[in-house]
Amino acid sequence: MKSNTPWILWICLSLGLIVYFCLQLKSSDQSIYLPGTSTDGHYQIELDCSACHTPLMGINEQSCIDCHGADLTSANDSHPKSKFTDPRNADLLGKLDATKCITCHIEHRHDRTHAMGLTIPEDYCLYCHEDIAEERVSHKSYAFNSCATAGCHNFHDNTALYEDFLAKHLDEPDFKEPTLIMRGPLKERMLKSEVARFLKPDGIPAPDAPIEHLDLSGSAHRDWLATAHAKAGVNCSDCHVSSTGTNESDWNTPVSHTSCQKCHQDETQGWLKGKHGMRLAQSSTPMTTDNARLPMNPNTAHKSLSCTSCHGAHTFDTKQASVTSCLECHSDEHSKNYVSSPHYELWRTEQDSDATPYRGVSCATCHLPLVEKNRNGESTVHVEHNQNWNLEPNEKMIRSVCLECHGLEFSIDALADPDLIKTNFQGLPSRHVESIDLVRRRTEEK
Amino acid sequence: MNENLRNKLTLGGSLALAVILTACGGTSTSTATVSTGITPQKMADALHAVMESDRTVYTKKVVNRLQNEQQVIKASEHWEDDKALPLPAQMFRMGAEMVTAKNVGFTYGLLSKWPVNKQNAPKTEIEKQGLDFIDANGGTEPFYGEETLGDSKYFTAIYADVGVVTACVKCHNEHKDSPKTDFKIGDVMGGVVIRIPVDS
Repeated sequence: MKSNTPWILWICLSLGLIVYFCLQLKSSDQSIYLPGTSTDGHYQIELDCSACHTPLMGINEQSCIDCHGADLTSANDSHPKSKFTDPRNADLLGKLDATKCITCHIEHRHDRTHAMGLTIPEDYCLYCHEDIAEERVSHKSYAFNSCATAGCHNFHDNTALYEDFLAKHLDEPDFKEPTLIMRGPLKERMLKSEVARFLKPDGIPAPDAPIEHLDLSGSAHRDWLATAHAKAGVNCSDCHVSSTGTNESDWNTPVSHTSCQKCHQDETQGWLKGKHGMRLAQSSTPMTTDNARLPMNPNTAHKSLSCTSCHGAHTFDTKQASVTSCLECHSDEHSKNYVSSPHYELWRTEQDSDATPYRGVSCATCHLPLVEKNRNGESTVHVEHNQNWNLEPNEKMIRSVCLECHGLEFSIDALADPDLIKTNFQGLPSRHVESIDLVRRRTEEK
Repeated sequence: MNENLRNKLTLGGSLALAVILTACGGTSTSTATVSTGITPQKMADALHAVMESDRTVYTKKVVNRLQNEQQVIKASEHWEDDKALPLPAQMFRMGAEMVTAKNVGFTYGLLSKWPVNKQNAPKTEIEKQGLDFIDANGGTEPFYGEETLGDSKYFTAIYADVGVVTACVKCHNEHKDSPKTDFKIGDVMGGVVIRIPVDS
């Protein structure tokens, strides 16, 4: 007679696992349920399953749109869903269902995830554009896995790569004359509009903090007196008391981003979308440096991120927030090499002299750029605090930043050179993206 | 068309027609039309009448007037970058994409045998037949047919898209990606394709 022992062991083990997983449901650490390593874009919120999943762990496609939809719209998405729901493209959908984000971007599949969180083979353009060489003979020798990896095309955002844009910027100098730099007027417009919006003519008010929180000889008061906040009449209670609070028990220290958001809506909105604030956007705990995947300075390990962690409480020094705060934490090669770069040299010179205003290139110049926005006919300028807005794919940085000072060809080549990015652009690009040559030849032929 | 299909189209068709007629200020008339029901062909004809009228107004009264006659503002393929007016074809396509996104039960688009963008060349057999048909008759008659795409059957109507002003033919004749460079005003330059799902 056969022994029942293996069956009994199997049943006991199964029951044990079921009990274990059920008990884990009440645990504060839910990482045991993660089906695999999350992408760099989502790992910060990977334990907030409901951010992307339905209650029964299906994929909530709308959650993709909620976070990324506005960026796709502003980038004039080259392949919007509406292009594929047209019945005439039904045959293409049979090959690649491009109406769903998760067709190309599957989360928790680290072993098959390429750049941009792509989880299908990189030659996906082939599905719909297999006859491209008939239309563009010049493309005959290119492999289909090079369309989106050689710096020529992106699936979604081609605002700096489309043919007529390349043609318009042909033969620009690598380094433009300072007079062409537009950032100065943009920044002046931002400051003017901020002043017009907030500055009160009555002068600096007396601080209204409760006596137990007020130290008139302390640094907090001294720093505040020197800020635009004080000049604009932004008093202690405006930041330290929540919008619903009226008494001392509502006094908040430290101040959360919700206080800043009362006046700086665009900035906070961007920050909550970016790597620094995305956990708070999901009502989670703030991001800390020890949770970062990028190399961070061990001296600032466990630093919790908020508006004041970069801007400094009471000083709100934008120069500190533009460089010093970044380098306090970030210690990857690109960041560490910044102080040896020509961009930093321009930044340092700008700080020392009035002769070259707006020529300096700080971390924020590229990663937190000034953005012009039109809202109901009123044009405003703000600092985009979502670093990812122009970072992935990095060609998005061309229009918002690089073209201010560099030619298009130089910019595309520089951003396609990973080694040059590591050195923080010390030297010239060693790679060359051919798309601009193809456009040049085509322009000459016509 | 069989009776069953006709009945099934009554609700959707009359609702859409009601929307069109309401937009034209004819709410009471639309109520009267509902009881009779409409065929997919009638529905497509009505939709096209609105599309063609809007398209012609934008082309003649906005683009041609402001760009060519009064020379106030240009129309450009890259209208956002160039701070210009969208080209009439782009205006039409943007509306079509918006309608598709709303998933209201029909789709439409602008195709051509001589497309600037090759993605807008005829692809299905009906599209090819239809564009040939309207080209051969000079746009005097539309083309109607049925086709199965994916798992769904569609009533497909194709109407001639005629170059109505200089701006249309000049732009296409001079575009570097245009395969035809001798369009004249009055020529059939392409076709408006309207698809309405029907039961198989």
